Amino acid sequence: MITDSKIKEIELKAEAIRETVVEMLLAAGSGHTAGPLGMADIFATFYFYILNHDPKNPQWPERDRLMLSNGHIVPVRYAAMAHAGYFPVEECLTLRRFGSRLQGHPERERLPGMETTSGPLGSGLGQASGYAYGARMDGAKFRVYCFMSDGEQDAGNTWEAAMFAGANKLSNLTAIIDRNNIQINGMTEDVMPLENLRAKYEAFGWHVLEIDGHNVSAIISAVAQAKAIYEKPTLILAHTIPGKGVKEIEFDYRWHGKAPNKEEAARFLKELRTLKGKIQSEHE
Amino acid sequence: MAHTRDGFGRALLELGEQNPNVVALCADLAESTRMLAFKEKYPERYIEMGVAEQNMATVASGLANYGKIPFMASYATFSPGRNNEQIRTTISLNNLGVKIVGSHAGLSVGPDGATHQALEDIALMRVQPNMTVLSPCDEEEAYKATLAAAAHPGPVYIRLAREKTPIMTAKETPFEIGKANVMWEADHGSEVVVFATGPLLHNALLAAKELEHAVPVVVINIHTIKPLDADTILKYAKEAGAVVTVEEHQIAGGLGSAVAELLATNSPLPTEFIGVRDQFGQSGEPKELIEYYGMAPSHIAAAIRKAQARKST
Repeated sequence: MITDSKIKEIELKAEAIRETVVEMLLAAGSGHTAGPLGMADIFATFYFYILNHDPKNPQWPERDRLMLSNGHIVPVRYAAMAHAGYFPVEECLTLRRFGSRLQGHPERERLPGMETTSGPLGSGLGQASGYAYGARMDGAKFRVYCFMSDGEQDAGNTWEAAMFAGANKLSNLTAIIDRNNIQINGMTEDVMPLENLRAKYEAFGWHVLEIDGHNVSAIISAVAQAKAIYEKPTLILAHTIPGKGVKEIEFDYRWHGKAPNKEEAARFLKELRTLKGKIQSEHE
Repeated sequence: MAHTRDGFGRALLELGEQNPNVVALCADLAESTRMLAFKEKYPERYIEMGVAEQNMATVASGLANYGKIPFMASYATFSPGRNNEQIRTTISLNNLGVKIVGSHAGLSVGPDGATHQALEDIALMRVQPNMTVLSPCDEEEAYKATLAAAAHPGPVYIRLAREKTPIMTAKETPFEIGKANVMWEADHGSEVVVFATGPLLHNALLAAKELEHAVPVVVINIHTIKPLDADTILKYAKEAGAVVTVEEHQIAGGLGSAVAELLATNSPLPTEFIGVRDQFGQSGEPKELIEYYGMAPSHIAAAIRKAQARKST
């Protein structure tokens, strides 16, 4: 069982990752804010608890593979990787700069540990499925995780991949949808209704779990359950709050694709830092 | 006469034997892309995608990322046509060694009509960094191209045809990615050099033969569109002083464009292009389509004479 002090540690990492995200977006002057803040708890839980990985040896053959499909939220992954020790946290401030390894959308060949190149939506689940298929052919023991957005559930390729993974019973594959209900043009159910997502994936042969994507122990137990399902790939529908941690932008789809200016960033950081105290007191 | 796709199928079967990492993905066209023999012999390494070319590209990317050598096959209009962005992002930019096999390329698909006649696949593939583009001229060369693609670490596109086409190369004919082969050379110097790719190379050779006593010609097989064999092309182009390119593809973006880009930079010369001129194909027998769209031996011979005439003006 996970201890309370471990949960506290992960929550504090998530808070630190959120701060880094705001700092890097401010430095870059462009990028996406809502998604990375909303996914900070999941990334922290993966990089500091779930993933079997070695930041000093990113090509370790037995590592778990984390494939990020919605590449636009990559600042949260860069921040999580930096805090986990893949590269110095200061390098995060090079985001989107000429010559940086931290491209606006992630590229496998530029940054060890990035696993794949993504950004154009809808192509991550297929890549993760191919990876999981190949690994299973060789009896490899590592697990393949694919993080997706809910907006990219609009894309046909996502469903081709869902059908393929279900048909092939890729139980070494676990996908997580960041169900934050926003996309660039507005609320997902206004732009192109996605529901009933659970029923859709179940119909495609998946085991589906729904969790609060900000609850560390819920994230851990859902992934543990996914590992116990041998006949199907598992989808975790993680309900998250876009912009989580900064009240003034939470649930606001207008923050999907923009970065904070200097004043906004200062306010956001101030508010995020107060979370530290809350986390401390909750676990006392 | 034989099918270039048979050469591919023959090589894939051999690769299955040689290398356990070779896997085959197919979008519901195992028989016509000639993956069927591999599927029957190595069912555990044959991956059925259904009619889902976009997902075929992404799954192949994942397999290559893990360490497999995936060959993915469909008709060229669908792959690399329909799934172009998936190939761009997840295979080319990712720089993963997926081998993309586009069958039924060119007008010679015949009765199926324009929807199934890929005339832009070379253009789509050669503009992607990291991608190698192979366009074999016959069954034997398709066999060698397939083996070479498997041995090449990066992504490769192989263009195949539906119809049986003449055999122009032998077992002994060398094949090296990026190294063009001289197929016909007049005895005493040349007046015009013809760069041809794919089965249409045969029409170029027939045209050269027709002009045997009138215009000394060199015919070169450009089986690798990318990387282009710049040394060989420039050497023969400068010697001849006039150029004709021949391809069963849109002139825009294909072999003709590739050669023209090279010549314009290094040695601008009178150049004539044989290929499709910004049109779609249509139903018909391959031979009548080749005639209608201006790619018969007589058209090539006329282009050779025109190129030669332009030298003196």
